[in-house]
Amino acid sequence: MLKKEGRSTAVFENVEVLSASAFGGKKEGDGPLGKYMDFIAEDAMFGEKSWEKAETHFFTKASRLAIEKAGLKADDIDYVFGGDLLNQCGASAYGMREIDVPFFGVYGACSTFGEAVSLAAMTIEGGFAKNTLCTASSHFCAAEKQFRFPLELGTQRPPSSTWTVTGAGSCVLANGNGKPKIRRITTGRVVDMGVKDAANMGAAMAPAAAQAIYSHFSDTGLDTDYYDIIATGDLGEVGRELLRRLLFEKGIKIDSSLTDCGIEMFDKSSQDTHSGGSGCACSAVAFCAYFYKLLCDKSIKRMLLVPTGALMNTTASQQGESIPSVAHAVAFEAR
Amino acid sequence: MQATKKEQEQYLKKVDKLTPNSPLAKNCVWAFVSGGIICTIGEALFKLFSAMGFSQDNQALLVNLILIGSSALLTGLGLYSSLGKRCGAGTIVPITGFANSMVSPSIEFKKEGFVLGLGAKMFSVAGPVIVYGLLTSIIVGTIHYFFM
Repeated sequence: MLKKEGRSTAVFENVEVLSASAFGGKKEGDGPLGKYMDFIAEDAMFGEKSWEKAETHFFTKASRLAIEKAGLKADDIDYVFGGDLLNQCGASAYGMREIDVPFFGVYGACSTFGEAVSLAAMTIEGGFAKNTLCTASSHFCAAEKQFRFPLELGTQRPPSSTWTVTGAGSCVLANGNGKPKIRRITTGRVVDMGVKDAANMGAAMAPAAAQAIYSHFSDTGLDTDYYDIIATGDLGEVGRELLRRLLFEKGIKIDSSLTDCGIEMFDKSSQDTHSGGSGCACSAVAFCAYFYKLLCDKSIKRMLLVPTGALMNTTASQQGESIPSVAHAVAFEAR
Repeated sequence: MQATKKEQEQYLKKVDKLTPNSPLAKNCVWAFVSGGIICTIGEALFKLFSAMGFSQDNQALLVNLILIGSSALLTGLGLYSSLGKRCGAGTIVPITGFANSMVSPSIEFKKEGFVLGLGAKMFSVAGPVIVYGLLTSIIVGTIHYFFM
């Protein structure tokens, strides 16, 4: 029997999140979620010689810790699903040299964590794995270097810009029924509403988030108040407001339960992060550090995590293309 | 999912309305004052070197050297970006900004080696300025030659 609801939602019975680990940089550590993180690297280099190597280090450290916290060894993990923001997924590829486990590299820009968790959960529910590991990482300096301008260039960031989260989030999924479970996933489609401004990623991604959330509720027939929290990945302040309006137009009204990992990650007024946090690590770290704990101690019963990704290709952008986006919804439920 | 042109236009209107603008007036004041200060420093240096008896060519050369050198030093110390964050065009447009645009990628791409990293990327920001600066000067020079 097909374990599916509607057009794009898969339903699971036996997938639990066994453990989660979160590593952050100094700025993330100073933010509101800092106290929930497992480790905070004081230095952007994280003891390495380059930012790219530092991100790789974050990736492996977070992965190892998640395995350790689950009480497992690398040999117990059947598959790793991981990705990052560097070209050709550099951090996960180089990071996985040190973790001897079959590996699927995934890329969904900042929605990578949602994509990794979705695939890992399906692999378990399908009976192909007992334990899987999902990791996503990003690094502010490495991302700026790759996508934008040199850090020391004296430019001004517009108010709609976001701040790439430095760090990595990792979780172990298992076939079991003791810990918070993954109940459903709704896989997003690529949406492009014509936004070309790379300094306004929230606006580019909001329609993708709206599509994923709308599909989730229409596929499942659930009410929006079924979830205590609906957290998008990295829409920021601008994107969240756009999302709220887009959903309203589709007849979905979400008020207090709608938040965004990027908004939760930094204190906008004191940390000068403008619209909020972003990057693969944004939703990964926010979930692994904070929301997972809330689910474990049952402060929240159900949450819908919707990591959002701007699938921007710098070459296509320079050729005048707009920014396509995607968002994947993952529904977690406390035991 | 490809939205229709009309849907895209409607959405972009919404985006425009909800996206906060940069504080234009504040930025202009900062740019005017900071750019003015840099130019005043340059002018003061000119006067100084002129009083010291340097030829006009050498005065210009020395002023440029000092402004470029200070900007490169401030960039290396990580201070120019903090200035730029406030001053915007005020620190980008003068010659100090040009120095900053060459030093900042050089610092960053040194890790990829001296040839393909530092050497190749040094002009990643300044390159277009040089190319189109030269092109403009050729056009203006040609007009000047034939019509003035």
